[in-house]
Amino acid sequence: MAVSATAVGVVLAASTAVIERGRLRFFAEAIGETDPVYSDLDAALAAGHPDLPAPPTFLFGLKLDGPDPFGWMTDLGVDMRFVLHGSQRFEYHRAVFAGDEVTFSPRISDVYDKRGGALEFLTLETAVNRGDELVANLTETIVVRHPELEPAR
Amino acid sequence: MIDLQTIEVGTELPTLVLPAISRTTLALFGGASGDHNPIHLDIDVARSAGLDDVFAQGMLSMAYLGRLLTGWVPQDRIRSFEVRFAAITPLYAVPTCSARVAAVDDVDGERRATLELAVTLADGSVTLTGGAVVVVD
Repeated sequence: MAVSATAVGVVLAASTAVIERGRLRFFAEAIGETDPVYSDLDAALAAGHPDLPAPPTFLFGLKLDGPDPFGWMTDLGVDMRFVLHGSQRFEYHRAVFAGDEVTFSPRISDVYDKRGGALEFLTLETAVNRGDELVANLTETIVVRHPELEPAR
Repeated sequence: MIDLQTIEVGTELPTLVLPAISRTTLALFGGASGDHNPIHLDIDVARSAGLDDVFAQGMLSMAYLGRLLTGWVPQDRIRSFEVRFAAITPLYAVPTCSARVAAVDDVDGERRATLELAVTLADGSVTLTGGAVVVVD
């Protein structure tokens, strides 16, 4: 099912999450990060940080912490099995650390298709705040495959 | 460590070669990152979508590129970071992250380098391309 262009401009529910030390250590382990600044509190403090820093891409996954993170897509009729991540951008304004509570405010900014509808693209822009401070802007493009619309080869 | 004062267009950062992607890599990253989409974790779901097997989360490779950047400059020097996911990363692939200085400009009183980023597999295929802007002075 094709996503309606009327989805453009839709503001999705905001969500709030706390950045936890244990989660940051788990993330560092999962990506093979060996710099102790990202897992050892003493090393982070010695580097001048107030706590463990969240690494550059961490906020993307933290945004998915809510109860139904892909609900905005399934509500649009998207079959999650046919979803690919097309692109991802981060703009950084302030560093964030363990103990920070951040709020994600997402908005669907674009919907378009290519190859006669066989590929649909959804663009989601998310502002991330810590209190009144804007700490980052995330922009992601989600690609929805429609194999049944692919031209026969 | 590259001397930030002497970088110029064409300077290449040391590459970061990762271990081969295993099912454990994907399971750990799914849990740690918060992306629980089963297409990366459950071969039954992958097959139901017509795929042969699970494949790596794109954000795993972007996180590896993030390691390349923060291994080079303190993280608070990164102004922006973006990638396009050009191809999926299959199981057992060995990603290599690379970066090259494409421009050096003075912006808002800062000396900023624009980096071209890529993740390449052992067979030469490019899975991610992108860019980052970092403060070098």
